Amino acid sequence: MASIESRAGEAGTGEARTAARGNGSPAVGGSGIRKVRSGIDGLDAIAHGGLPAGRTTLLAGGAGCGKTLFALTYLIEGALRFDEPGVFVTFEEGADELVQNIASLGYDLRRLRDSGKVAVEHIQFEPRELAEAGEYDLEGLFIRIGHAIDGVKAKRVVLDTIEVLLGGLTNTALVRSELQRLFRWLKKKGVTAMITAERGQGALTRSGLEEYVSDCVILLDQRVEQEIATRRLRVVKYRGSAHGTNEYPFIIDEEGISVFPVTTLQLNQPASGERMPTGIAHLDTMLGGHGFFRGSSVLISGTSGAGKSTFCAAIAEAACKRGECAVYITFEESPDQMIRNMRSVGIDLARCQAENRVRFHAARPTLQGLDTHLAVIEREISRSSPALVVIDPITALLNIGTEIQVHAMLLRTVDLLKSRGITAMFTSLDRPGGRSNRIDGLVSSLIDTWIALSDSIEGGESNRTLFIRKSRGMAHSNQIREFLMTKDGIHLREPYLGPRGALMGSARLAQEAKDAAAALARQQEIEKRRRELERKRTELEHQVAALQRQFRADEEALETMIREDQARARQVETDRDRMGTSRRSDTPSSGNGKPLHG
Amino acid sequence: MANDVGDRDAPGPMYQLRLYVAGQTAKSLAARANLLKLCEQYLNGRHKIEVIDLLEQPGLARDDQILAIPTLVRCQPEPVKKIIGDLSDTQRVLAGLNIVVR
Repeated sequence: MASIESRAGEAGTGEARTAARGNGSPAVGGSGIRKVRSGIDGLDAIAHGGLPAGRTTLLAGGAGCGKTLFALTYLIEGALRFDEPGVFVTFEEGADELVQNIASLGYDLRRLRDSGKVAVEHIQFEPRELAEAGEYDLEGLFIRIGHAIDGVKAKRVVLDTIEVLLGGLTNTALVRSELQRLFRWLKKKGVTAMITAERGQGALTRSGLEEYVSDCVILLDQRVEQEIATRRLRVVKYRGSAHGTNEYPFIIDEEGISVFPVTTLQLNQPASGERMPTGIAHLDTMLGGHGFFRGSSVLISGTSGAGKSTFCAAIAEAACKRGECAVYITFEESPDQMIRNMRSVGIDLARCQAENRVRFHAARPTLQGLDTHLAVIEREISRSSPALVVIDPITALLNIGTEIQVHAMLLRTVDLLKSRGITAMFTSLDRPGGRSNRIDGLVSSLIDTWIALSDSIEGGESNRTLFIRKSRGMAHSNQIREFLMTKDGIHLREPYLGPRGALMGSARLAQEAKDAAAALARQQEIEKRRRELERKRTELEHQVAALQRQFRADEEALETMIREDQARARQVETDRDRMGTSRRSDTPSSGNGKPLHG
Repeated sequence: MANDVGDRDAPGPMYQLRLYVAGQTAKSLAARANLLKLCEQYLNGRHKIEVIDLLEQPGLARDDQILAIPTLVRCQPEPVKKIIGDLSDTQRVLAGLNIVVR
């Protein structure tokens, strides 16, 4: 069992790059067969580690579903990431065409050919020029492939599309046995081969190649639903290995081929107790003091212009300022437009983007099917390991799917993000009049925290308000709070609670003015009474002073009178003494002041 | 590997033929013998045959887009024609080479 490890693990850089992209699925299955990483993101996760090493994989699909690009990517990635040179044997397109076609996926095939990492063997098979006269075999084909393999020491070989041989030669039985011999020969050569084949009706391939190549069969498909084409991949068969059995979406774009191993998760995600601050003052307080739970799902609903995107942008910016990353998926605005608009409310997304902290992904919803959108989300999060993913708005997805389908897609998104501890933030556009979309009711069960924004229209004006409709697992405010969008960001105002409930906007200002006036009046009344008191005190003091003055005047007068009376009395005594002396009176007066007269 | 067989002074177009084989297999040997016999019989020396063994020169298979072995290529007169097989079916070979039998 020592050979379980995929060969890719030996290539240091390739390993690191794959790990960085990370698919979250085990790279190696529990089976005993040796595998090689295809190098196509996601496919290796579905195939539990990669394609069977040294064996042949059949890649079947209808016209235009990307077989050639898929096989070419497998070959090029092998050369680039795993140091496995390859030979691309093409029966249809020439080397120059291949170089051009794969350039649109971001690969420089010409350079790989020049450096001897990839060889292109173009086999032009023109049955009309051929006459058959006697017995033959296809040894020439073997020699050519063998020569090309030896030329670059190839570990990988692609045959695209070898079944053209079956249509061109009359001795089909011989061709079939030769193809069988070819596949055995490739196995003996130790190369990991991929052969493409046209999808047949009622069979995997039109030519029945699956009879000879049965180690691993991959089916590509492109279906159009509601005018939107979605590419899907399915591993039909994988001998000796477990594999994902579902159809998985994949996309082909300028970043190459990405297959998305969207997994159906159970409800067993870890629940983080860690909080994620919103960065909006007071909103954290409303959310039990510390913001959202990390890895939770948040819905911000509101009518058009209620400020949904601004909230998302503010929360994303706050995350960036903490050194975290955010992915912003916008279905309605271009990144440039977002950046410009948010700048007007003091949110600097341009800087976040320049620091690689915010990754925008802007796409019209109708560009892709729901599966592909989900696939893109998965790719974005694999690339930047964000703390926050914003999808703005989810209601736009209703253009391309029914409510049930959108719900299913969001369910998978939430599961995916939760399983990685990423906080999900969705916006939802309420219909005019504040009636919420039916999708809100459907997704409600997926949502941990729901912030409802609305316009409160009263007294001829519209005021922005928010309240927390729900927030699982935390004590949260039940207040309706007014908020302002200023050039410095979002400000939640202190609630004004009057006797008739919370007031906001002009009504709040009017009430505040009225309150101020009343307060002033009360103040003035106090002042007035205080002055009155002062006046009374002064008056009293004046009266007291006057009475005292009167009293002092009376006192003086009386004392004068007393003194005069005493003087008179003394005079009377003196006179009597003098008279007594003159009369020789025998009772001399002692002069003890006792008036004797009266 | 070139085998010069024939008489260049004879009238009619000159046939320049190239036979691709892979080693000394029965089919390769048969093709070679059948070709020589046929040329002697019908071309009256107006032919030049080159035999290429791809086991020895595998790189040459690409030039003439060889898949099947043996393959006979009529390089001249143009257009280029290819006949695959051990050339045991003389009528088909003659038809393939556009040789008119008098």
